[in-house]
Amino acid sequence: MSAFWVAVIGSSALAFAIKFIGASVPETYLSNPRILRINTLIPVALLSALIAVNTFANKTQLALDNRALGMAAAVVLLIAKAPFPVVVLGAAVTSALAYRYI
Amino acid sequence: MSVKQDSFSVSITVGAYGSAFGAAAVAADFSVLQACLLSLLLFSGASQFAVVGVIAAGGTPINAIATSTLLGTRNGLYGLRLAPILKLRGLKRVVAAQITIDESTGVALAQNNESDMRKGFWYTGFGVYIFWNLFTLAGALGAQAIGNPSAWGLDAAVPAAFLGLLWPRLSDRKSWVLAGFAIVLALTLTPFVPAGIPIISCTLLAVIIGWRK
Repeated sequence: MSAFWVAVIGSSALAFAIKFIGASVPETYLSNPRILRINTLIPVALLSALIAVNTFANKTQLALDNRALGMAAAVVLLIAKAPFPVVVLGAAVTSALAYRYI
Repeated sequence: MSVKQDSFSVSITVGAYGSAFGAAAVAADFSVLQACLLSLLLFSGASQFAVVGVIAAGGTPINAIATSTLLGTRNGLYGLRLAPILKLRGLKRVVAAQITIDESTGVALAQNNESDMRKGFWYTGFGVYIFWNLFTLAGALGAQAIGNPSAWGLDAAVPAAFLGLLWPRLSDRKSWVLAGFAIVLALTLTPFVPAGIPIISCTLLAVIIGWRK
């Protein structure tokens, strides 16, 4: 089985398992404040790392290219309170222009 | 606004975002079928983008699964919170679990009474599910048609999507500090360890920063 299929099936199965367990166990479990705090911070840490690696790296090499300009556009759009799809589109258009002309 | 209107507007806005996911997945060499299966089966935006992002960055499938699963743990906690209100059993519990995501939980918890909370959960959950999957297919087919992802900026669409998901979570100083440290740690590790490891390592930062009040 290809890496892609392993990733698709494995992540889907675990995602459902987590959702189902959450809907099935009594609320008293896992509601300790430390676990709740860490749980809200995990997405912040992982999303930040994903942003960094998907913008400034190619595999195991650091890189500064058209994607960085696309991300700069995304930051400006988010500060300007642009809606979600506009942010992604703005980043893509900027990055495409940079790829073509720089 | 009524629960129905709330649910509908959230469903269509978030659902449209599925096109970015479909396009990003295909740009990272997933097939159209695999992109659609992720939306149908995994159905949790940040986790889906993580699978694609880790693989695109050269990470192993195990790494992709681990990162995606850690991002999905919050859905389990949403379930804990919602289960007593939704009064679930049997097949209903299976269906409710699958559509327990940020949006269905958010709309449900924003209502004032349990009856509206249940409506908000089901309307938003089904609404997002339908639109998210339709738009995933559209985005995946679109990306397949256009060829070189860099020429269309799709390589920047993935991190921009992550940024869009991160932005509303940067609500206090602690989360900004954590985001900064995570970016630095991930990039510092990148040249020295296999791809994918720098991402998952940042979980440790969340534990350290979240440990104390």
